[in-house]
Amino acid sequence: MSGSPGHVDPHAEPHGAHGDDHAPHGSLRGYVTGFLLSVVLTAIPFWLVMNDVLGNATLTAIVIMAFAAVQIVVHMVYFLHMNGRSEGGWNMMGLIFTIVIVAIVLAGSLWVMFHLNSNMMPDIHRM
Amino acid sequence: MAKAKAQARAASVPAFYVTGDEHAHSGGSTMLGFWLYLMSDCLIFAVLFATYGVLGRNYAAGPSGADLFDLRLVAVNTAMLLFSSITYGFAMLAMDKGKQALMQRWLLITGLFGLAFLGIELYEFAHLIREGATPMRSAFLSSFFTLVGTHGLHVTFGLIWLTVLMTQVSKRGLIEANRRRLLCLSMFWHFLDVIWIGVFTFVYLMGVLK
Repeated sequence: MSGSPGHVDPHAEPHGAHGDDHAPHGSLRGYVTGFLLSVVLTAIPFWLVMNDVLGNATLTAIVIMAFAAVQIVVHMVYFLHMNGRSEGGWNMMGLIFTIVIVAIVLAGSLWVMFHLNSNMMPDIHRM
Repeated sequence: MAKAKAQARAASVPAFYVTGDEHAHSGGSTMLGFWLYLMSDCLIFAVLFATYGVLGRNYAAGPSGADLFDLRLVAVNTAMLLFSSITYGFAMLAMDKGKQALMQRWLLITGLFGLAFLGIELYEFAHLIREGATPMRSAFLSSFFTLVGTHGLHVTFGLIWLTVLMTQVSKRGLIEANRRRLLCLSMFWHFLDVIWIGVFTFVYLMGVLK
């Protein structure tokens, strides 16, 4: 993709009005809001883990995963300007499809390999 | 007779391509296409995250994340990437207002933050390898270097792309084609920050949890 900047699209200029003028570029307010939210959502998980605030690894893991999920949404909305209307809804369709595939890949791999690991463990009682 | 039959068949064959003139929409669908590329990139990272999730605890009697990771360094690195995201946002706002010089300055600052991120990451990798925690040491380290290294490679190519675009803008100005490219790079850059959220959460923070 980084190859395209080298060549100048001859059609780009005459049709300038057709370009990306409709694309939402965000506002100063949006970027600053997103940035401040991200700082808070990043700082809290680091603080929780570095100072072992909750004192329970499982609970901490669940909490920081929740923070990550919220921060990803914040980035999507404020930095990537995701909404249901951009590109006639096709951005959102692509995103939803990708989330479904990512969930299947992650959950499926972890699930299958976890069971494989426990089933392939040498049985201590028979040894 | 046979000729007429062939003609009739040709007429009934459906056309699986657009016969109309698509010329007028040149560039209009680039943002959607680039978004779909980012989604496919997302799948690459999903596979690498899944690999790390499966292999991330197989230390082969070697060092674990708790032994290796320096969270203060990771926090600084995360800050670098976050700062570069907001400065790229400011560059895009300057572009909207047509302020080319201001935009170039913000892009330069973005590039410097990106370089700082890469520098810290390379320092971390060099430190790990010096301590013997190479990708060959264990499955955990193989998957760690693959996942984090792939993200770092993306940042590297983003920086090259940024440099090329800054040169393009300084030579040709804020023409429509350059605006489109800058918007694509904007999505790419913010996307890398999104991936980094997953990396610091799943790899670094959860890696040091007992």
